[in-house]
Amino acid sequence: MSDKKKLQIALYWGAACGGCDVAVLDTNEFILTVAEVADIRLWPIAADGKYADVEAMQDGELDLTLFNGAVRNSENEHVAKLLRQKSKILVAFGACAHMGGIPGLANLTTKEDIFATAYLNNPSIEPGNRTVPRPETKLNGSSLEIPTFFDRVFKLGDVVDVDYFLPGCPPAPEQVKNVLLAVVKGELPPRKSVVGASERTVCDDCKRTKAEKKVRRFYRPFEIIQDSTRCLLEQGILCMGSATRSGCGVRCPNSNQGCRGCYGPAPAVKDHGAKFLSALASIIDSKDPKEIEAMVGQLPDFISFAYRFGMPASILERTHHR
Amino acid sequence: MSYEPKILGLLCNWCSYTGADLAGTSRIQYPPNIRIVRLMCSARVDPTFVFDALSKGADGVLICGCHPGDCHYSEGNYKALRRFTLLKKLLQAYGVENERIRLEWVSASEGQRFAEIVTDMTERVRALGPSRIQPALHTDHAERCP
Ligand code: SF4
Ligand code: SF4
Ligand code: FES
Repeated sequence: MSDKKKLQIALYWGAACGGCDVAVLDTNEFILTVAEVADIRLWPIAADGKYADVEAMQDGELDLTLFNGAVRNSENEHVAKLLRQKSKILVAFGACAHMGGIPGLANLTTKEDIFATAYLNNPSIEPGNRTVPRPETKLNGSSLEIPTFFDRVFKLGDVVDVDYFLPGCPPAPEQVKNVLLAVVKGELPPRKSVVGASERTVCDDCKRTKAEKKVRRFYRPFEIIQDSTRCLLEQGILCMGSATRSGCGVRCPNSNQGCRGCYGPAPAVKDHGAKFLSALASIIDSKDPKEIEAMVGQLPDFISFAYRFGMPASILERTHHR
Repeated sequence: MSYEPKILGLLCNWCSYTGADLAGTSRIQYPPNIRIVRLMCSARVDPTFVFDALSKGADGVLICGCHPGDCHYSEGNYKALRRFTLLKKLLQAYGVENERIRLEWVSASEGQRFAEIVTDMTERVRALGPSRIQPALHTDHAERCP
């Protein structure tokens, strides 16, 4: 069923919400153009195609795979390795594949705690009905298997060699389009590049007026009526624009929300949260240790904010409690 | 086998490094567990350096700068203090014990004080035992090399 002259592509989801696939569909009629020049060989959310079909392919038979989602279980890892082998170009598509994404926040807790919350202590589960999933179950002499849930979440690049990274939660449809066009025309930048984004920061592209940043208290968005023309950070509202790679079109500040960092760290930034921490702490307008302590106390659960989309991509990757 | 903590020292050039130097030239004894890196100012300490050190096997990180009001660049040490306060909170959330990171003001004449701080920190970190971060990250990835 495949026409070998056409571009052979696959789209796959690991630990993901489905939003990345929707971002591809949000390219609207462009996706129909793609279907004209490409054979979509696997796309679980929108088309048919079985793992066995992929296994039967030659190595490198796929020209392009867009892999969205993090690596959370053995199935995600298995399919990531399989698609790597069969693809000439493998793209980590969206924040989860790029950096671990929202599922990566699970690295702040443990597998045991997640299972306890989901399967044991949840009030909606009837007593006597508390079943915890196991990779293997023996029943009437045969064995049933489901994927193994890992102790932590990995980004795609932790388990396979990734050729390109297309950031965003989800990537802006316009950027998806640009990258697909670049693939068709053979105009991709050198391997390992971040594509579908810019080399600037979100602040660089933000139209809000910027003056001196000195803050006496931090506000959660609902605690203050903001001035929608002024920099959010100067008003004490957390915004990660200074540490974040641009390319989304400044989606959040333009919608009166602080940037959460979904496009990942700005170029040359190694640890997104560390860079944001530096910028944020240095604008605290106090020299008094007690006052500083009190302001820092206004940042509940700072770790989840600083690494909302990239806990597995941070230098320490996960929590290290005894 | 006894465990010897590895402590990274990040010292500003103008006061603290000179203080450490004074400890040396005055032949004041202090534990050899600290490895010192000289920076121009305590404000040069990017939290990334601390994460990097911890991920590469440091058991503790000591940051030293000029006393408040004495920074060669006038306010760098206040920036360091603000970042340190938030960094400590972040590291706590990561599960890193508070005593593994420390900020102290050490002037050029405080060789004795520098030696006391290093001695005290070495003992505290020794009591905590080795950091588990590097071995944990290693184990996480051992099974899944691309
Ligand atoms: S911090 Fe946020 S609101 Fe302020 S300039 Fe940067 S992106 Fe815009
Ligand atoms: S403003 Fe920040 S969080 Fe919002 S879409 Fe852009 S990069 Fe993502
Ligand atoms: S020069 Fe010593 S703290 Fe700034």
